[in-house]
Amino acid sequence: MAVSGISRVRRQLPTSPWLFAAPGLLVTGAFVLYPFVSTLVNAFTDRRTLIPGQFVGLANFRELLQDDMFWTGLRNSTLYVLGVVPPLVVLPLLLALLVQKNIPGITFFRSAFYTPVVASIVVVGLIWVWLLDDRGLVNSLLETVGAGRVGFLSDQWLLLLSAMAVTVWKGLGYYMIIYLAALGNVPRELHEAAAVDGAGAVRRFLTVTVPAVRSTMVLVGALSSVAAFKVFSEVYLLAGPSGGPAGEDTTLVMLVQRTGTGLTGRVGYASAISVVVFVVTVALMLLVLRADRKEES
Amino acid sequence: MSVLEKTRAPEKPAVAREPRVTDEHGRRVRVGELVLRYVLLLAVLALTIGPFLWQLSTSLKGPTEDIYSSPPTFLPGDPTLHNYARVADTIPVWDYALNSLKVATANVVTNCVGSALAGYALARLRYRGRRVATLAFILAMLVPVEGIIIAQFTTMRELGLNNTLIGVVLPGCIGAMNVLLMRNAFLNLPYEIEEAAFVDGANAWQRFLRIALPSVKGTLAVVAIFAFMGAWDDFLWPLIVLSDPSKFTLTIGLNYLHGTFANDERLVAAGTIIAVAPLIALFACLQRYFFRGVGEGAVKG
Repeated sequence: MAVSGISRVRRQLPTSPWLFAAPGLLVTGAFVLYPFVSTLVNAFTDRRTLIPGQFVGLANFRELLQDDMFWTGLRNSTLYVLGVVPPLVVLPLLLALLVQKNIPGITFFRSAFYTPVVASIVVVGLIWVWLLDDRGLVNSLLETVGAGRVGFLSDQWLLLLSAMAVTVWKGLGYYMIIYLAALGNVPRELHEAAAVDGAGAVRRFLTVTVPAVRSTMVLVGALSSVAAFKVFSEVYLLAGPSGGPAGEDTTLVMLVQRTGTGLTGRVGYASAISVVVFVVTVALMLLVLRADRKEES
Repeated sequence: MSVLEKTRAPEKPAVAREPRVTDEHGRRVRVGELVLRYVLLLAVLALTIGPFLWQLSTSLKGPTEDIYSSPPTFLPGDPTLHNYARVADTIPVWDYALNSLKVATANVVTNCVGSALAGYALARLRYRGRRVATLAFILAMLVPVEGIIIAQFTTMRELGLNNTLIGVVLPGCIGAMNVLLMRNAFLNLPYEIEEAAFVDGANAWQRFLRIALPSVKGTLAVVAIFAFMGAWDDFLWPLIVLSDPSKFTLTIGLNYLHGTFANDERLVAAGTIIAVAPLIALFACLQRYFFRGVGEGAVKG
């Protein structure tokens, strides 16, 4: 009945379905799918911002292999995934357990913990630039308790670590809400049964909670690892546009932005780096999903 | 009970009426556990909200007040709005705020209209190529924006829209994820009502506007809020597409302020507070939809 009804509408208004979908399809096609294809094509050309460019085969990719800055970017983006994903999978889960129980005032705490998610990354970055400054709050506190001042924003590795901390800080609330929804589906009887069996809080966490939210942990792992590999803003703001001392903190997306923009931008070469970003992003997704399936069996 | 009085002093009367704290299942929460929970909650609160308050405090400190002192002084001794006036003298911050508002508002309108229309087409209308259209949106959702940003920039140049606010809005003006969110919202509606309207002679537009759309207001609100927040907070794309300082949005203006006056912490602090205050206000009013959006977005994304 439904089917025949709709097909009659189609006869009535033959153009309307496409009219409904047209704006969305046009925007998606012109500004997402076309740029995606054009990135893949440009990667094999020597196109520049103002020069159309010609097919150069694998020259861009051969150049990548020789480019120290590319390897630095690949290293930093990879380190970023390794540094950011474990805390982003575990800490928000603990936070969700903390705000799960409906004790008085808990909605205020939930909202407060979410605030960093709402703020722009530029605001968050600049707040932390000032907090971690040589003369900023963190160093003042360190000095007050007798520890020396730390050059968070001048050392190559401390800079990268600081940026990771900012990413984790900003992401906590977001993943907390995702976990909170998942925790609501954990049957209470399981906890009670475990408690009756004499399992303590830690034991119950590991044997009841973790298995029950495992698929959510995989989801958070996938989302956060893809986001971490594409990191740009945190490092750009903390380390500066040139990527810290001697550019040693440059990430892959920073390199794309630096190489491909401006009037002299090397669009072809930046596209080749983008292709690497695509490939690794897809690989990360598959890796996380495969790890999930393996654990399951 | 004594614990409650300590931690929730302002709500004493309410506590007096309800002598035991119970969880959502009506079970009593032990006092020791309650203390531990509030201690941890306050510790995390200090970590998440503290940095914002420190920035606010710095922005209110006058030029004579030491902002580098150790131990730090948390409250400004003589609070002043002087730094906010200085931001406006240094960069055209209100123009930037207006640009951000224009971009964000445009993004809300286009995303709500465009994704509701396309979502309805994907969910309800039967036509040849619907599967291909759905697939196009799914593929678009999976494409990492950071990877296509250079090609988006060259596309904008080809259209002559680089360095314009329209160029800032266009690439995300109908997000593929929003289209799919709306599609799912429409799919979850019972079909019988529209069926009845159809029998009564209502055409696709009438069914969309009068029956389907009013039933998905919640999802539409989520799309609107995330469109606003996304545009207001966005950094990488406006940074690439805008080069003329008179066209900057707030985030780019703030980056510029930081790059040029990095040593003037009070000034940068005032600028960040100007940029973040509207969104925190919006969040405070519409929390429900922010949280709902995380749930719906995560399942899709």
